[in-house]
Amino acid sequence: MAPVLTLEGLSVRLPAGADRPHAMKDVSLAIAGNEILCVVGESGSGKSMTANAIMRLLPGGVTIDAGKVLFDGRDLTQLSDADMRAVRGSGIAMIFQEPMTALNPLRTIGDQIGEMFDIHTDLSKQEIAAKVLDLLAEVRIPDPKLAARAYPHELSGGQRQRAMIAMALALDPKVLIADEPTTALDVTTQAQILSLIKDLQKRKGTAVLFITHDFGVVAEIADRVAVMQYGLVVEQGPAVEVLNRPQHAYTRQLIAAVPPLKAPPPRPISSEPILTMRNVSKTFRTGGFLGRGVRVTHAVRDVSLVLPKGGTLGIVGESGSGKSTLARCIIRLIDPDTGSLVLNGKDLAKLSREQMRQETRHIQMVFQDPYGSLNPRRKAGELVAQGPIVHGMDRAAALAKAKELFGLVGLDPASTDRYPHEFSGGQRQRIGLARALALEPEVLVADEAVSALDVSVQAQVLRLLADLRERLGLSIVFITHDLRVAAQVCDLVAVMKSGEVVEAGPIGEVFGNPQHAYTQALLASIPGREFGLSRDAALA
Amino acid sequence: MRVLSLAGRRLAASIPTLILILVGVFLLLQFAPGDTVDAMMAQMGGGDARTAEDLRRFYGLDLSVSAQLGNYLWRLVRFDLGFSAIYGKPVATVIAERLPATILLMTASLSFAFFFGIILGVIAARGVNRWPDTLISTVGLIFYATPSFWFGLMAIVVFSIYLQWLPAGGLSDITSTATGIWRVLDTARHLVLPTLTLGLIFLAIYLRIMRASMLEVLNLDFVRTARAKGLDETRIITRHVLRNALLPMVTLIGLQAGTMLGGSVVVESVFSLPGLGRLAYESVVQRDLNTLLGIIFVSALLVITVNFIVDLVYARLDPRITTGV
Amino acid sequence: MEVVRAYFRSPAAIVGLFLLLVVIAMAASAGWLFPRDPLALAGRPLVWPFTNPRFPLGTDNSGRDIAAQIFYGARISLLIGGVATVIAVFIGIVIGAVSGYYGGWVDNVLMRITEAFQTLPNFLLLLVLIAVFGSNINTVIIAIGIVSWPAPARLTRAEFLSLRNREFVQAGRTLGLKDLKLIFGEILPNALPPVIVYASVVMAVSILLESALAFLRLSDPNVASWGNLIGLGRDVLRVQWYVSAIPGIAILLTVLAVSLVGQGLNDALNPRLKGR
Repeated sequence: MAPVLTLEGLSVRLPAGADRPHAMKDVSLAIAGNEILCVVGESGSGKSMTANAIMRLLPGGVTIDAGKVLFDGRDLTQLSDADMRAVRGSGIAMIFQEPMTALNPLRTIGDQIGEMFDIHTDLSKQEIAAKVLDLLAEVRIPDPKLAARAYPHELSGGQRQRAMIAMALALDPKVLIADEPTTALDVTTQAQILSLIKDLQKRKGTAVLFITHDFGVVAEIADRVAVMQYGLVVEQGPAVEVLNRPQHAYTRQLIAAVPPLKAPPPRPISSEPILTMRNVSKTFRTGGFLGRGVRVTHAVRDVSLVLPKGGTLGIVGESGSGKSTLARCIIRLIDPDTGSLVLNGKDLAKLSREQMRQETRHIQMVFQDPYGSLNPRRKAGELVAQGPIVHGMDRAAALAKAKELFGLVGLDPASTDRYPHEFSGGQRQRIGLARALALEPEVLVADEAVSALDVSVQAQVLRLLADLRERLGLSIVFITHDLRVAAQVCDLVAVMKSGEVVEAGPIGEVFGNPQHAYTQALLASIPGREFGLSRDAALA
Repeated sequence: MRVLSLAGRRLAASIPTLILILVGVFLLLQFAPGDTVDAMMAQMGGGDARTAEDLRRFYGLDLSVSAQLGNYLWRLVRFDLGFSAIYGKPVATVIAERLPATILLMTASLSFAFFFGIILGVIAARGVNRWPDTLISTVGLIFYATPSFWFGLMAIVVFSIYLQWLPAGGLSDITSTATGIWRVLDTARHLVLPTLTLGLIFLAIYLRIMRASMLEVLNLDFVRTARAKGLDETRIITRHVLRNALLPMVTLIGLQAGTMLGGSVVVESVFSLPGLGRLAYESVVQRDLNTLLGIIFVSALLVITVNFIVDLVYARLDPRITTGV
Repeated sequence: MEVVRAYFRSPAAIVGLFLLLVVIAMAASAGWLFPRDPLALAGRPLVWPFTNPRFPLGTDNSGRDIAAQIFYGARISLLIGGVATVIAVFIGIVIGAVSGYYGGWVDNVLMRITEAFQTLPNFLLLLVLIAVFGSNINTVIIAIGIVSWPAPARLTRAEFLSLRNREFVQAGRTLGLKDLKLIFGEILPNALPPVIVYASVVMAVSILLESALAFLRLSDPNVASWGNLIGLGRDVLRVQWYVSAIPGIAILLTVLAVSLVGQGLNDALNPRLKGR
């Protein structure tokens, strides 16, 4: 089939002072009608820049300096601004990662979808309104009439993305560019949106350029795949070929870094508990000043779990399931309303703030955001030494210990004098780990500790964590939304939904033979599940 | 309806603020050297201690501070602001005579500053870092740095003394007997310079905030969505950016209402306008503490009212307010 | 060092710094250039500028040297701007930090008080304070500091609110840091840059507030303040307008200098706003 959109040797130049001269160099791609081309790569690979270059929506100072973008027999790089505007929306439409911020918060959904017709067609108001309702029905939004009148904040994340898709497909564009459209969504919503995109694409024969970092998504949706690294396309071909017989070393490395879904054979774990949670509950009340409507959220409801000595307890769930609140209750960043948290025979929930300060040396936390979790104004070594200093170690000894810990987590001990911003995301996460380990805790609470990292970095940090667990005899509470990651590191798992634990047990059992309907739905929603399972079988 | 109840609750929440202000200022004024009676005696050209004592008893000034405060607050509940010994009238009457001029001046200045602030801010933001932006931003900085009373004086020198285009002070021509539309025009002519003088610094603030707000909104994701839809720059500004960029401007009006009222003290003195601000100045000079306290009460009420209106406008602009997200 | 280099990349910031240095130089050299009391009678009243080399900027209605008053006035303006700003920013940071960090009823009470200060027009409060405590220069400075703290307090509070739930602060808490250490060691250094930039606004407003007070003859009459001179010149505005005009320009340039330096600092400290 003849390609609808062709990129010929496209190069995009970055302004002086960037980390490399070109965001993308000599990129050639072709998308035929009725096919989905996935462009996949890690952060900084230039995959999003490809989308922006096609639409000519590049940030200031960034320019196309070579190549062509052929669409409808014309070279888009040569079009006048007005001609290019006519192509945007009607010829090539686009959907984005964050459906919340991608919609104007002050205008209704119907209004924003209708605007597409308003600028590109001469339809009357009534005709537009009718078309909007049809579109909303087409993307399977529950009540199209209500949704058309709603403002973006009144819809859920999934519904907002459906509205974005409706807007993008309003004028039956020949090409749809989807820039990480499901990355910000929960796994069950992601599965629905992916199937919606695939379904609409089949029916309308749209060519889709799908940008993602997730090989699971690629396996789920792609007809063809292009892999990008440092602004270059290193490999492209039919999805089946690339996924099963990757040629380029980088592609192979990326695919290998995706954790298999099947749990490794169980490790022997001690039957002696180190941390026992009993009936832990936390309820949030918001508003309520001067009789204003009080809203009550049961963030954690009656959770009882046991972490055995030396074991890893995974807590998985989607956003809003209460898993992060539970983590913060365990370490008393949030005070639980009821229940007990017994660590080494002491109930943490009953301790005063001052007593808890003493107790923190036994239980430590690793945070999610490698950028936000380190004070930007302190040197890395100081950050690690801070804990021991607070607990009475003298400064010189603490700094020496920090150097030692840097070695332990695989960082250069000489780099303790540098500031956090001089490290990469993965390295910062190692600093966070070193900081937590500096107090020699028995229990580590890791809250989405690898979620913000690229897959290859993620794999390294997970390996490090497993290694430290063995060497230091750590017990870990591992909070994550990523079931693949959970399968790799956890001995036990608890699945949370709306504040409650719906199912818990050894990970092999829970993932291999889920009992609760929600667990089954979660596992079924993982993108690329079949590919993952067949690959696991091949690996075994 | 939700909008009204929301703003109503904000209004109710400002009652403790009001009481806090009144009690605070009342107690503060107890430290003032000399009281109203001293001021009256001075005006009468002195008098003996007996008269002073009688007067103090008459005005309830011989009671304990807490009793005086209680009396004052109780009278306030009945909208009785007390009696001005200097003007020989109830304070409420004195203030009511002066209030219209101040409200007129404030409304005119605010409209001027807000309107031109938006226009200049939008122009500057659209040509960011090019000459229109540089010019507007520089002029804004100079306006911001200009003391308003000095600008007023210089405007009088140029427009009233040399060019003789505009009157140098007052609210209307005393010699004219014009009525109807001519009277309105006459008042407008008198208000041109005071409005510019008071509005200048606010114009500078608004244009700077509008520029920054526009630049911030222009960087948001939904503007990229609008571009991807094929909208041209003008429609992106009018349909998507402007309303979002206006939100901080509206908030600012509420925050600056007090500052503007304070500014009117100086401007009314420069242009001899019979307004609340000049009354405040006069009552400080004449130690008319009853009137001063009354002015503080009315000013606070005025600021609270402006904030109430701002809340209503904001809720109309931003649908997220009423659904409580 | 990076910040210094970024600062000097902006021409406006350089102009601002230059102007500020000129004002500081005027304040420093006043006693040396004009050894006599600037408020003492120096010559014939109302000498126009540039007509008599003894009085380059002329004399005012009571025959005092305007140039001398301008130079000594720079001292007063800088003193008021500096000290009142330190007072206002200090109170603001303490109240804002406590309010933003602890939240709950502490925040509620402190914000009520702040709101009361903002609801009351600050110039009116200034008038009341002057009426009560007199118009000595020290009282004026303290009074200006007292009416100017709410804005820095709100700013500090907003910064604290956004920083206190950041992961690095939570990490500090899990390490066992005490509240005071968290407030002053972890959060404040990160909250400070915007507050420091805002201090330039407070300083500009303080200078303007004092000049307005002086113009109304409510400031200290015994110091050579620019505002005093403008107020004096008002009596002879019809013909000898220069008596008011000259000190006004001095105020304008000083406030402009402070604002430009503040803006330059802001651009240097928040480089993300540049180049778009």
